[in-house]
Amino acid sequence: MRHTISVLVENKFGVLTRVAGLFSGRSFNIDTLNVAPTEDPTVSRMTIVTRGDDATVDQIVKQLEKLVDSIKVHDFREGEYVDRELVLVKVGVDSKSRAEVMQITDIFRAKIIDVQPRSLTIELTGDESKVGKFIQLMQTFGILELTRTGPVALPRT
Amino acid sequence: MSKIAKKPAGKATRKTSRREVGPAMMGSDILVKCLEREGVEAIFAYPGGASMEIHQSLTRSKQIHTYLPRHEQGGVFAAEGYAKVTGKAGVCMTTSGPGATNLVTGIADAFMDSVPLIAITGQVPQTMIGKGAFQETDMFGMTLPVVKHSYLVTDVNDIPRVVKEAFHIAQTGRPGPVVIDLPKSVQQSRTQPVFPDSVNLRGYDPEKRADEVALHEIVGLIEKSERPVLYVGGGIITSGAAAELRRFVEATGIPVTTTLMGIGAFPETHPLSLRWLGMHGAAFANWAVAEADLLLAFGVRFDDRVTGKVEKFCEHGTIVHIDIDASEINKNRKVHLPIISDIRHALHRLNAILAERPVQRKFNAWHGRIADFKAKAPFAWQLTDEVLRSQHVRDHMGGDAGEVILPQEAIALLHELTGGDAIIATGVGQHQMWSAQFYKFSQPRQFVTSGGLGAMGFGYPSALGAKVAFPDRQVVDIDGDGSFLMNIQELGTAHIEGIAAKAMILNNQHLGMVMQWEDRFYQGNRGHTYLGDPKNARQIYPDFVTIARGFGVPSERVMYKKDLRAAMERMLESSQPYVLDIATPYTEHVLPFIPAGRTVSDMIIE
Repeated sequence: MRHTISVLVENKFGVLTRVAGLFSGRSFNIDTLNVAPTEDPTVSRMTIVTRGDDATVDQIVKQLEKLVDSIKVHDFREGEYVDRELVLVKVGVDSKSRAEVMQITDIFRAKIIDVQPRSLTIELTGDESKVGKFIQLMQTFGILELTRTGPVALPRT
Repeated sequence: MSKIAKKPAGKATRKTSRREVGPAMMGSDILVKCLEREGVEAIFAYPGGASMEIHQSLTRSKQIHTYLPRHEQGGVFAAEGYAKVTGKAGVCMTTSGPGATNLVTGIADAFMDSVPLIAITGQVPQTMIGKGAFQETDMFGMTLPVVKHSYLVTDVNDIPRVVKEAFHIAQTGRPGPVVIDLPKSVQQSRTQPVFPDSVNLRGYDPEKRADEVALHEIVGLIEKSERPVLYVGGGIITSGAAAELRRFVEATGIPVTTTLMGIGAFPETHPLSLRWLGMHGAAFANWAVAEADLLLAFGVRFDDRVTGKVEKFCEHGTIVHIDIDASEINKNRKVHLPIISDIRHALHRLNAILAERPVQRKFNAWHGRIADFKAKAPFAWQLTDEVLRSQHVRDHMGGDAGEVILPQEAIALLHELTGGDAIIATGVGQHQMWSAQFYKFSQPRQFVTSGGLGAMGFGYPSALGAKVAFPDRQVVDIDGDGSFLMNIQELGTAHIEGIAAKAMILNNQHLGMVMQWEDRFYQGNRGHTYLGDPKNARQIYPDFVTIARGFGVPSERVMYKKDLRAAMERMLESSQPYVLDIATPYTEHVLPFIPAGRTVSDMIIE
């Protein structure tokens, strides 16, 4: 099962290593991890996507809570959070395919942020299914390079 | 901000903070002042380039005595010994690089056994960090997986807060080690220190209290049970709950078994004591747990050396697990009623509930069954043919096989001669298990041993730490020849500092526990488990008596049973440290024995 876990941590030296080490030391998997300061500069929010059975995720949450530098841990349940991911994708194009790529970009409300003679770099934000679908479509044109942030999430209430 | 601080604030944070400003001084002096303010009286510290500034400051302290170990590992084990017998944080310090890396085993040990420990390491100056400087190691990074918390101090003004927090974290909740890495440049910076009188850690709330509904549920479960067992561990000792436990046991009549770390939490001489359980624990304790229909697991963590095959552990019983550390709940064993609580609080409340509404149920049939278990397989030893035919008897007994000293009987004799009142430290291996089997402990903090990590070499230095804490008590390290050798240099510390901790070596010339596994699972093929001199097996090697003499420590070797009692009396009467080297046969196995990952039905008793 995939889980999205949000952790508020002290914005201090070494905290990311503590969290990463907590996972690696127990052979827990991190699919994606995102960290940046919040509205309070002394606090950072980490969004971690991990997979494991219920017992594993239960341990992950408890171990995260146990860290002195973690302030709050939230294992999101389906429907109680919103999440978005940012993707930058560089697609190879020629004069024939350029228009079609631009059209699809439009449909997805993505943005072209760089144009080169043989490539377009596109910025897209969205949830997992939107991002997946877009990448799938772009693959038919040829993805030259791709980078994604992994989801960031906030609780709805 | 208030939106984010969602964890309830601990007690310390609710107090209005009163600060005290000191005169301007160097970082190293501030550190020592902070240690004094925490009530530290002993520090085990080995100097070097990156920590000598602090040693200079320590020479000016009237409150703190600095003990100089002869190896950093000896220092950290001594600090652990001090912490284990007092319950207060033990403090050790080393320089950077190799000094710091030599601490890692002790820090890992403290982490596994939940020992409050402050490990201070010098670090190269800030401008040198990351340059591959002489004696530079990333101590913060290296110890991350084995600390409760850690600090790399980058600003001299942070020292008072960091030290205050470190002691608070190390000593509250589930205790553990805290590392403070202090660059030399910070030690040498000057500032006016501001000493806080409280800590403010919004992510740390060690106060856990069981809710009353859950505790009433336990009482209900007891009323419904026929074969209840208490399985209690180090948490009872840590939280100071031994007296509450005893009241609870006597109010309910539930038999008690402890983990190795829980030894002393309940008097082993009490009729309701099942001694300790697990791989080498009492057969009757293991049988009782296997048959139990209610298991009250208080302050324990279902360690594999206790449970064997964990799904089969107390397979048919209802399990109640109380622990202060939420991450222990359902970690190794899924339980029916998990409760996150300080165990002293929980037992105190349970006792109050029972005082109002005493348990009606009597467990007479169960007590009878347990009495049968106890009669069937008490801890025991016997002089077997295997011993009599052993190389030890041929080489060392001079034809008088009846004079051979079995390790178990040496420990039983020590128990008799000390009236069961000594603090016992151990190394790791067979002698450790026999110490737990044949010395009967009646008080908490009486048995000092490396349980979770199983660190050989723990015995003598930890005995020194215990003796520093309680100079008037008899402190004996029961050790193996292998374990003792691993920190033998601490005889120097003992002699120079005048710490009269005794070492009683059960010398079988082998790495006994591994040898036992070789005998059982590898057809006795010796894979480098012989510690003697193969060229001269008749001579016991090394000669501990001569080594001890070199350190200025009185010592003697005992070969024959007829000499044992008098020799042990001399050891116990000595006002100095003392090494008693007892030659024992290598043929003895620690029994009972549940092989790793197996169940109680696979227990080897003879």
